[in-house]
Amino acid sequence: MARIVGIDLGTTNSLVAYMKDGQPCVVPDRNGRTMVPSVVALTDNGLIVGDSAKEHLTRNPERTVYSVKRFMGKGLADVQDELVYFPYHVTETGGVIRIRLGQKSYSPPQISAMILKELKLRVEVSLGESITKAVITVPAYFNDSQRQATKDAGLIAGLEVLRIINEPTAASLAYGLQEKTQGTIAVYDFGGGTFDISILKLKDGIFEVLATNGDTHLGGDDLDRVLVDLFIGDIRDRYGIDVGRYPDHMQTVRLEAERAKIRLSDELKTEITIDLPEDKGRFTRELTRDQLESLVVGIIERTLAPCRIALKDAGLTPKDIDEIVLVGGSTRMPLVRQRVEALFGKQPHCHLNPDEVVALGAAVQADILSGGTTDMLLLDVTPLSLGIETMGGVMSSLIRRNTTIPASAKEMFTTYVDGQTGVDIHILQGERELVKDNRSLARFRLKVPPLPAGVPRIEVTFLIDANGILNVTATDMRTGQSQSIEVKPSYGLSDTEVERMIEDSFKFAAEDVNARKLIEARLDAEALLKTTDKSLVDAGHLISQEEVQSIRATLAQLSNAKGGTDPRAIRACMTELEQAAKQLNVVMLDDSLKKSLQGKKVSELS
Amino acid sequence: MEQHTPQPERARGLQMARSMCWHCQSEVTGEYFCDRCVKVQPVSKETDYFTCFGVPRRLLLDPQKLEAKFYELSRTFHPDFYQTKSADEQTISLSNAAVLNTAYRTLRNPIQRAEYLLALETGSVKDIRTSPPADLFEEILELQDTLEEYRASDRDSDQGHRLRATLQTEQEALERRKHEMEAQLQQLFADWDQLQDAGEATSLARVERDRILKQMRDLLSHRTYVNNIVNDLAATIA
Ligand SMILES: Nc1ncnc2c1ncn2[C@@H]1O[C@H](COP(=O)(O)OP(=O)(O)O)[C@@H](O)[C@H]1O
Ligand SMILES: [Mg+2]
Repeated sequence: MARIVGIDLGTTNSLVAYMKDGQPCVVPDRNGRTMVPSVVALTDNGLIVGDSAKEHLTRNPERTVYSVKRFMGKGLADVQDELVYFPYHVTETGGVIRIRLGQKSYSPPQISAMILKELKLRVEVSLGESITKAVITVPAYFNDSQRQATKDAGLIAGLEVLRIINEPTAASLAYGLQEKTQGTIAVYDFGGGTFDISILKLKDGIFEVLATNGDTHLGGDDLDRVLVDLFIGDIRDRYGIDVGRYPDHMQTVRLEAERAKIRLSDELKTEITIDLPEDKGRFTRELTRDQLESLVVGIIERTLAPCRIALKDAGLTPKDIDEIVLVGGSTRMPLVRQRVEALFGKQPHCHLNPDEVVALGAAVQADILSGGTTDMLLLDVTPLSLGIETMGGVMSSLIRRNTTIPASAKEMFTTYVDGQTGVDIHILQGERELVKDNRSLARFRLKVPPLPAGVPRIEVTFLIDANGILNVTATDMRTGQSQSIEVKPSYGLSDTEVERMIEDSFKFAAEDVNARKLIEARLDAEALLKTTDKSLVDAGHLISQEEVQSIRATLAQLSNAKGGTDPRAIRACMTELEQAAKQLNVVMLDDSLKKSLQGKKVSELS
Repeated sequence: MEQHTPQPERARGLQMARSMCWHCQSEVTGEYFCDRCVKVQPVSKETDYFTCFGVPRRLLLDPQKLEAKFYELSRTFHPDFYQTKSADEQTISLSNAAVLNTAYRTLRNPIQRAEYLLALETGSVKDIRTSPPADLFEEILELQDTLEEYRASDRDSDQGHRLRATLQTEQEALERRKHEMEAQLQQLFADWDQLQDAGEATSLARVERDRILKQMRDLLSHRTYVNNIVNDLAATIA
């Protein structure tokens, strides 16, 4: 089976990992950085992703998209309150958010697909093979629409998404592989945009999730915003400037707020410096860890209620938890660790790299799916109750939250009026009594043969698969015939739209960045680098010192160009290297000819 | 939301005639796999959860053993292990795993297990309707009034405090009652298991069987009713 990679598609940072000799490893770039900032920027040279895109946050804020994960599977109304914090232009078409970049609009899955493509390219270059299959992680508390949007992003990026796996459970796989412990663990995942808590039982290689909870709109971003508001207020008071009117400076403030927050995880106080708009000079102030903590303690406490609910749902008390695993950059904050420790009454486990553990776990799950790892099995749950709308706008639950997946429920439908030919079904997700307080997932119309009221019997099966994604089928119990169902997602792309985006993404690849050419150039360069390296080792002693020097220099140039994004530059360097290594190849050929001739009779040669 | 591929014709036919392999049409004597072509077989719709777990229809089951069996069957059916198999096999693994999860959820919880057994034994698949124990009828009506009053009152007033205290006392009383009923149920479970183990087909045994099932039904119904009220109370005064 073709290789499957594991991808952590984060709000702030994304990573790709794969299984190597029974151990998961993340793929670094040439500078050794494993994290790709989840940032996409439109520049004059086309779209760019990651570290280089991050530099455009302040230079080009309207055309630089970050934290797009917050918009996955959402409608505009869901995010109205936080739009002021984003410098880029967000609108809605057909129930799906669109982000404007230059002349074009992109849905969040399309933006995410660009990040996925970058990761795909990274691992392809590193392994020298093409990658088409992936396991992608999502916050455990993601609903059906958000999961589906993630799957769409994979498709658009040219990846077959073999599994959507929950981030905290992925982390538990990596933890389990490393620690080989048994018992009950709590995974507390506090990242940039989301918070998850999952409680699992580890026994005999089975990772059974007992309960999960969280908040898909709670993360480090929210902590940064508190500081942003503080600094903006300060600047207004001191200089009478409304920074909010300057998108580029807003980004400077946001980035400085984040950096200050991060510094205060190690230091007790820090200095903040921000260049002001209109050459008004520079704003400076001091911020202490105590001040930061008193500002954000409320937000951090919002993570505790989901923890308590998860414990309750699992039928456990804090003392039943053997180990607390911390995941996500925000768990580096001392205050977060204190609160977690206070809640569970023990020190959290900190031996794993909180940035990488999710991607590593995704790689383990990928290995399970490809048949490599057979002793581990993850039994996950659905985070939210699934139900349908019934009379009076009330939701009737079919599959309760924290039910082990795959999970299915059957429901029989009939008619109320003679000759009625359809029954409308509205599918919901959530824990509240009333339809309006829950998340609308989709609607569909059940086709019914015209018969007297109450006679038709249509059985609908709601099945949540191992990805946590809903599948619906219906069977007419009188005829035994199954019918296909056209579901209309409430907050998602239709199948045709996804298909169009896949096509667009290939077209776009061909036109804009020549991504394909770049991949090929990088792959070829990689191969050339490898063979030349080997030739030098094998036959370097047969050529002059100067020649070796010159080959070494061109090798370095090529490896440098390979890390860049210009396929022509890579090709140029390759030609140069081929030139420089000409003599080396000649002597190698001679040498091998000589060797093969040795021991052969002259008669055999003629 | 994703469209589910309809179950393959062959696989569906099989759920009616279990003994033939959907793939190679040879007779299946093994539990879940065809002996000849080693393809996974769908769990029949007629298989009850006890059979699925390979345990007799008893009400006092060892949770450790149930869990071990659940893990074993999960390793047999989970879709993770069918990723490299054919689409038909993937569909079967998915639906088998869903059945397995429902079975475990039902059997793991003693109350749900008993309700399920009742449905199996008495042939009624309808949910057991909840009803208040007769002797609590008056008390519960009164309690509902107090609840209403409390909800309407200012929680921080003297009246609010008084009502809250009353509700708390009621909650404790009802919780005690719930535990009593659960103890009684536990006894009935043991009675049931003993009767089944004895395996006698006398008319006396039949009468005893009916008595146990009837009492169990009533108790389950009362217990759920009281449990709902306790939860409601707890949520209101929390
Ligand atoms: N040392 C630190 N102290 C506090 N917060 C940190 C630290 N390092 C990273 N963060 C925060 O962690 C978040 C990113 O965490 P990450 O796990 O990468 O997020 P995601 O999974 O959402 O992409 C950001 O909000 C960042 O500011
Ligand atoms: Mg994360």
